[in-house]
Amino acid sequence: MAAVNPAIQPDVHASHDHKPHGFLHRWLFTTNHKDIGTLYLIFSLTMFFIGGSFAMVIRAELFQPGMQLVQPEFFNEMTSMHGLIMIFGAIMPAFVGLANWMLPMMIGAPDMALPRLNNWSFWILPFAFLMLISTMFMPGGGPQGGWTMYPPLALEGGMNVAFAIFSVHMMGISSIMGAINIIATILNMRAPGVDLLRMPVFVWSWLITAFLLIAVMPVLAGAITMLLTDKYFGTSFFHAAGGGDPVMYQHIFWFFGHPEVYIMILPAFGIVSEIVPTFSRKPLFGYQAMVYALACIAFLSFIVWAHHMFTVGMPLGGNLFFMYGTMLIAIPTGVKIFNWVTTMWGGSLTFETPMLFACAFVILFSIGGFSGVSLALVPADFQYQDTFFVVAHFHYVLVTGAAFAIMGAVYYWLPKWSGHMYSEKWGKIHFWSSAISVNLLFFPQHFLGLAGMPRRIPDYNVAFADFNMLSSIGGFWFGATQLIFVGVIIHCVYFSKQRATERVWEGAKGLEWTLPSPAPYHSFTHPPVVTAGMLAHGDVSH
Amino acid sequence: MIASGVTRTRRAFAGLALLAGGALGSTAAFANPVPWQLNMPQGVSDISKRVYDLHMLGLYVCAGIGIVVFAVMFVAMFRFRKSRGAVAQTWAHNTRLEVVWTIIPILLLIMLAWPATRLLIDMNDVGESDLTVKVTGFQWRWRYDYVEYQKQDPGVHFISSLDTESNRVRQLGSGLDPNAVKDGDYSSYLLNVDNPLVVPVGVKIRFLITADDVIHSWWVPTLGWKQDAIPGFINDNWTKINTPGLYRGQCAELCGRDHAFMPIVVKAVPQAEFEQWLATHKSAAAATAAVGAAPDGQG
Ligand SMILES: [Cu+2]
Repeated sequence: MAAVNPAIQPDVHASHDHKPHGFLHRWLFTTNHKDIGTLYLIFSLTMFFIGGSFAMVIRAELFQPGMQLVQPEFFNEMTSMHGLIMIFGAIMPAFVGLANWMLPMMIGAPDMALPRLNNWSFWILPFAFLMLISTMFMPGGGPQGGWTMYPPLALEGGMNVAFAIFSVHMMGISSIMGAINIIATILNMRAPGVDLLRMPVFVWSWLITAFLLIAVMPVLAGAITMLLTDKYFGTSFFHAAGGGDPVMYQHIFWFFGHPEVYIMILPAFGIVSEIVPTFSRKPLFGYQAMVYALACIAFLSFIVWAHHMFTVGMPLGGNLFFMYGTMLIAIPTGVKIFNWVTTMWGGSLTFETPMLFACAFVILFSIGGFSGVSLALVPADFQYQDTFFVVAHFHYVLVTGAAFAIMGAVYYWLPKWSGHMYSEKWGKIHFWSSAISVNLLFFPQHFLGLAGMPRRIPDYNVAFADFNMLSSIGGFWFGATQLIFVGVIIHCVYFSKQRATERVWEGAKGLEWTLPSPAPYHSFTHPPVVTAGMLAHGDVSH
Repeated sequence: MIASGVTRTRRAFAGLALLAGGALGSTAAFANPVPWQLNMPQGVSDISKRVYDLHMLGLYVCAGIGIVVFAVMFVAMFRFRKSRGAVAQTWAHNTRLEVVWTIIPILLLIMLAWPATRLLIDMNDVGESDLTVKVTGFQWRWRYDYVEYQKQDPGVHFISSLDTESNRVRQLGSGLDPNAVKDGDYSSYLLNVDNPLVVPVGVKIRFLITADDVIHSWWVPTLGWKQDAIPGFINDNWTKINTPGLYRGQCAELCGRDHAFMPIVVKAVPQAEFEQWLATHKSAAAATAAVGAAPDGQG
């Protein structure tokens, strides 16, 4: 492999890799894409556990009917903070962390295009979330109006309103800067021979996601700024009494919110498109179709926002338009699912932990997609809207979708990052325990919603007791299982004796696998020599 | 009677699809939530039955696609294992296959969109109603105004709140058993009110739905829809109930602290009985106050 990369001579290189000395110097001032990637991933994991502990409070209160543990106000705080932290703190930073680590290595670049911006976009986040979480200790508590912050309810909050809005502003700035950096890197830093239509699908998915971020984060900032001025500066954007319209907030919010959904799933599509060909030892089926499907989904995501608000009383034509648009998304999404399955057909499959997560993703994300198709049917949505059916739907998409893809990605690239193999046995235990518990957690919620249980309620009729108890048991089990994940990572990084090879996985294709494991501090200081079959997942036919 | 629109084969298929056997058929017959209920109620109006049918059609289509795709995937996972000596092939394109699996979903989606569109058009037709009820949500109660009945203003209005028994039990650390809260035979915890909304069966009822403070959502699953109650705006929707009975629902849009505790009960009665009820409330000048105070005596 050294022949492929004459620039990389690991033994010589590792000794003078220009790592800054001293803990603060290394981590606080770092401009290195790998260090920043690591920071993002650790931050995301921390938020995953904080947001997860809020979910445990929710599931504990819902364990049986009657109010046992918390006041309704605090329950509402838990649901709101759980949503905000998991979306902005856990899922999005995890994908940015993976992008930081992998994009330069996948396109043959030495680092990200804008390293100082990169440092800044990460270090905004801890302060933003510290501020958001601090609202829970303020008089009146944290946000209680849901992560969507619909007025007029969200404006009834106390001092948390200003703090929560400002922290979301900061998260938005961080995301926009991260997205600019990713676009600049992908468009300018590709090694010779890494053509756009030969890039790994993960790189494609992030290029498209970054454009979505730049397009919609300012829209969110606008919506919440109007909330802020409505509360503190006497404007009436969303006050009906002053000539405003509370539903307008929902339109603006979901114009951000629906692309946001794809911001959280497109990179997951990219990850699965890396993992499935590797462990099938076969090129990705329909590489170009996969890329076009990503672009198609991204475009459609801008014209379907109002399917989150079919019950607000839109005119017939509006409801029909958003129904048809939403149904269209099923077509490119279906193409992706079919292509992954066809990639496996005729391969030579092994089921290491990353592949297990990818296979579970294909099946469970599809189930989330199926309920999504049902939700698009407006008359049926009149029943589903704001029930546990919706809760089940988006957790299938975000937990067994996005989070499973992130876990699969961590197992897939961890040997490359750390230079050691993780424990396959414990990885598999983590997978099976997660896969079983997560279904026990979320599948019964479909039944609860269909039977008539609204979402965001701390207490319920006794008819809903049995499935809620099952769901809670699944929730505690799933939560506890994630401690295994942490254990496997710590073991791999600090204690594993088994050294990882350069290629790590027999069927792995792509430039990142030509670097030594662990990857050197600076990736490709000289452009790699790209050969046919290294890119586009081994697909040399186009 | 409730199964009239659903053939036996479809019910059997539904049971298979949900691995629920007879449970599905029987639970669907109940109007209000029951333990281990798996599916949406068919409801008590023609519209709600069509909503249910659309939901089931969506389920069948998705289940069908799922069975095919997952079956192919599982076959691949077993047949093409490296441990079974599978050697990887190198193909990565098949235009005919890609065209086929783009066109089939389009056809299936049209199959879903067609009945959905027709149903939506019918649900939108609020004209020619005999009774108009204005529903106002506020934290955390519902107010009902009978605006018009057979071209006249009945002048009846009242406020509907969570029943006192549920309210006692639901206090944090009350130690009281939610299972003990009953309305007749039904375990009505958090699904009962002091003053139900009384409406006639067989009459087209138009609802005008709004709110006083924050956004609420008026939802009775057996009527087949929910409609957001938005301050400053009036939404409308309609129903025509076929069967007398008590139909329970809840506020469905997060509206603050007691969002879980503002249920809805619709009491559908024969038209003659409704007119009698309306007359009683009309004649009593202090109807609202009297109705509002009455349930305290029951507690
Ligand atoms: Cu409400």
